[in-house]
Amino acid sequence: MKRGKNNLTLSLCVGALAAAAIAVCSWPSRAQTTSNVMFFKNATILTVTKGTIQRGSILVRDGRIAAVGANVQAPSDATVVDATGMFIMPGIIDCHSHIAIEGGVNEGSVSVSSMANILDVLNPEDIDIYRDLAGGVTSANILHGSANAIGGQTVVIKLRWGQPADKLVFEGALPGIKFALGENPKRSNSTILPGQVRRYPATRMGVEDVIRQAFTQAVAYKKQWDDYNRRKSAGDANLIPPRRDLTLDPLVEVLEGKRYVHSHCYVADEILMLIRVANEFGFKVRTFQHVLEGYKVAKEIAAHGAGASTFSDWWSYKMEAFDAIPYNAAIMTQKGVIVSINSDDAEEAQHLNQEAAKSMRYGGMSHDDALKMVTINPAIQLGIEKRVGSIEVGKDADLAIYNHDPLSVFAVVQKTVIDGKIYFDRDKDIAGRPALAKEKQALLDKERQAGGGGAGRGGRSGGRGPGSEIQDREE
Amino acid sequence: MKKILKTLSYSMIAIAVAAAFSLVPAAQAQQSYAITGAKVYPISGPPIEGATVVIHGGKITAVGKGAAIPSGAKVIDAKGLEVYPGMFNAVTEIGMNEVGAVEATVDTAELGEYNPQLVAATAVNPASAHIPVTRAEGITHVIAAPGLGGRGGGGSVITGQASLFNLAGWTMDEMQVKRSAAMVVNWPVLPGGGGGGRGGGGGRGAAAGGAPSRADYDRRIAELTEWFERARHYASAMQANKYSVERDLKLEALVSVVKGDLPLFVVANQANQISEAVAYCDKQKLKMILATGTAAGEVKVLLKEKNVPVILRPTLTLLRGEDEPYDSNLTLPGQLSAMGIKVAFGSYGNEFARRLAQQAGVAVAFGMSHDDALKALTINPAEMFGVGKELGTIETGKIANLIVTNGDPMELSTEVRYLFINGQLTSTDNKHKQLYEEYRKRP
Repeated sequence: MKRGKNNLTLSLCVGALAAAAIAVCSWPSRAQTTSNVMFFKNATILTVTKGTIQRGSILVRDGRIAAVGANVQAPSDATVVDATGMFIMPGIIDCHSHIAIEGGVNEGSVSVSSMANILDVLNPEDIDIYRDLAGGVTSANILHGSANAIGGQTVVIKLRWGQPADKLVFEGALPGIKFALGENPKRSNSTILPGQVRRYPATRMGVEDVIRQAFTQAVAYKKQWDDYNRRKSAGDANLIPPRRDLTLDPLVEVLEGKRYVHSHCYVADEILMLIRVANEFGFKVRTFQHVLEGYKVAKEIAAHGAGASTFSDWWSYKMEAFDAIPYNAAIMTQKGVIVSINSDDAEEAQHLNQEAAKSMRYGGMSHDDALKMVTINPAIQLGIEKRVGSIEVGKDADLAIYNHDPLSVFAVVQKTVIDGKIYFDRDKDIAGRPALAKEKQALLDKERQAGGGGAGRGGRSGGRGPGSEIQDREE
Repeated sequence: MKKILKTLSYSMIAIAVAAAFSLVPAAQAQQSYAITGAKVYPISGPPIEGATVVIHGGKITAVGKGAAIPSGAKVIDAKGLEVYPGMFNAVTEIGMNEVGAVEATVDTAELGEYNPQLVAATAVNPASAHIPVTRAEGITHVIAAPGLGGRGGGGSVITGQASLFNLAGWTMDEMQVKRSAAMVVNWPVLPGGGGGGRGGGGGRGAAAGGAPSRADYDRRIAELTEWFERARHYASAMQANKYSVERDLKLEALVSVVKGDLPLFVVANQANQISEAVAYCDKQKLKMILATGTAAGEVKVLLKEKNVPVILRPTLTLLRGEDEPYDSNLTLPGQLSAMGIKVAFGSYGNEFARRLAQQAGVAVAFGMSHDDALKALTINPAEMFGVGKELGTIETGKIANLIVTNGDPMELSTEVRYLFINGQLTSTDNKHKQLYEEYRKRP
């Protein structure tokens, strides 16, 4: 087994980005896998990149897909999962999520909060991780809110429920940074308390200015470091290094292509604004997020080479969402943009398959293209497409198993698999409920005996209704 | 003779005036239709293959195989298609709330705690962009309710009357089916309800900013009782001698509630609130419709026993508690309907009004019977709001609100091919389709 794994790792390292390769090679052992050989048999397999296989099977070895096809046989040491009548698709990838974040998602005090990092506040005990797993999600891009023109540093995770925070991180995935344009960074919809001073910017002009000012500083800062490093490597011994700036460091990484820009946006003109600013400073916008008017400027988005990660059918909750149309994904796809459907919400993430399916009706997208919008397309947008996003030999065994075609409203996730390990199993979940209820009751009784008021927990702070964009208008 | 001529000329003037003001909908109502060859789901009975539905004068006049097609009827060949009653979104803010974050476009919540005299229909803009967008999904009629929880306004208890209307027409007068369809009450919050953080709604009645107290609750209930008592006195005084009673618009609005004619639309999200509200309405002999979420599951035996119908909060909503099974919202419709509790779906806000059928489809995926889900989208809410004889099924004599689809309306890829509202073939064109057509052609 070891040999196979090493070969695989080696081949993955070749051709990958240098930074990514280091992390991939140090892939941790999967101690918790019940067996390192799994065999999912007799399912309809939606590979996404290589068509659909009827009555096919998937062999998983050491967390990676070792074989896929109609004629694959189970080795004697495999744990066999009978998936007769089931549909297996790649695990869903959510390109915009706020799960697994401890505390609030917005550092709203400043307009440039690039010093803040999601990595520092990953909470592996957030129940939404499990609930999104139950919706077939296996990887997610975790971002700050949208209160700042330049927001915090983002991180891609795998939904390895039960593992500590550092094991959630998607090894080798390039980190990102959240930008935000429009009503949220200009604080149009937030209540100004008595005595509170409004924060700059308050207009779209100001939002552009904040970004240009920050990158002007970043360019100067980068030059200081470049000069320092050049002189140092030339042998200049008596040098004082520039003062480190934690706000500008991530922006320098953006300029160097080492950090992806994921920008929250709504209306067409602000999308063009960011493309202009990016071109001025020589960086790329990796994805436009939400991008509800992307259909108006799809040509420009495609020309910039940015991806678009949008909602299926949200509209009208604020002024900048009033021209949102459910055909957005279809038009952008037709115009050559790589499009994904994201959740922005822990509940929405539980049915991203359905949200993707809506583009078949709005804009006549094909079944395959609809499926891509929650699998390989977000993988490409996050730069993890060599590892996940399709069912192919050599890729991570991240799978979602449904009882019907996942693009049907009647489909329910039965199992979710990450790295070849079953992280969600509907039958086990249901079977375990009486025991959990009993345990909860016992704890409540104990609390009551101890004289606790038993006010009863329940609502979590920052609770979100349907669509955090709508309830909080901040994310 | 002269007199006859005079009468004739008056009536001719009347006809001319009527024609001038009837505009397109009334003119179209004269058009008869026959939808032929479709699989018809009447809801009142099993599906009929290859059936004909005849529409005349805004009503369904015949349903069945080989139903006679009246002369002059426009025939719609629907072979391979399916016909369903138009769907009923049982709670919305359509027409009252155009852009959620722009206050000037939101007319949902009035100031003051007890406003039974307010009527949603007054604030419904018939030119709202939401109307054509929503009906394109096969939703032909809706309830718009004032003062739903979590949407501004000032902690109202009685927020006003919900209105039932068709999603087509030039004015609200043409659109409305029932101007006053229910009296909306945000049930006061009790201590010890748990949760509360999620989803908004029903959280009224608590002291501003503080936790709800029993004293606050009791005070609110006493106030509510006083309103109903005064309405009863007002009704009997009016009956005794209406000329001696000073008119009171608030009490007047409550009379049909205390008579048990107008249902009380109770918004309550906690099990203890629901138990109290059910007992209260039982004692006061008020007709109750419950608008709630997963708390319904905790009191389902009571709801069944007291025959209380339930309009569920959007089921595609994050759960309140961390401990609830992940699919609590999704299995709930099936659990309730399996017990015989009448269930309907609503979108509450407008952003997701078109997800109505999706909610039902997911409920089926998680155990609701397909029949029950179709009923929840059609006849159940019609019965709740007292229009079960006018809407909700495909039966002779009912208002012809129908959809012709290419498949199961709950399925995500299904398209509405023809839409009939009030017996008129109604366009499915809307702002979204127009923007799509415009921008897909951008060179």
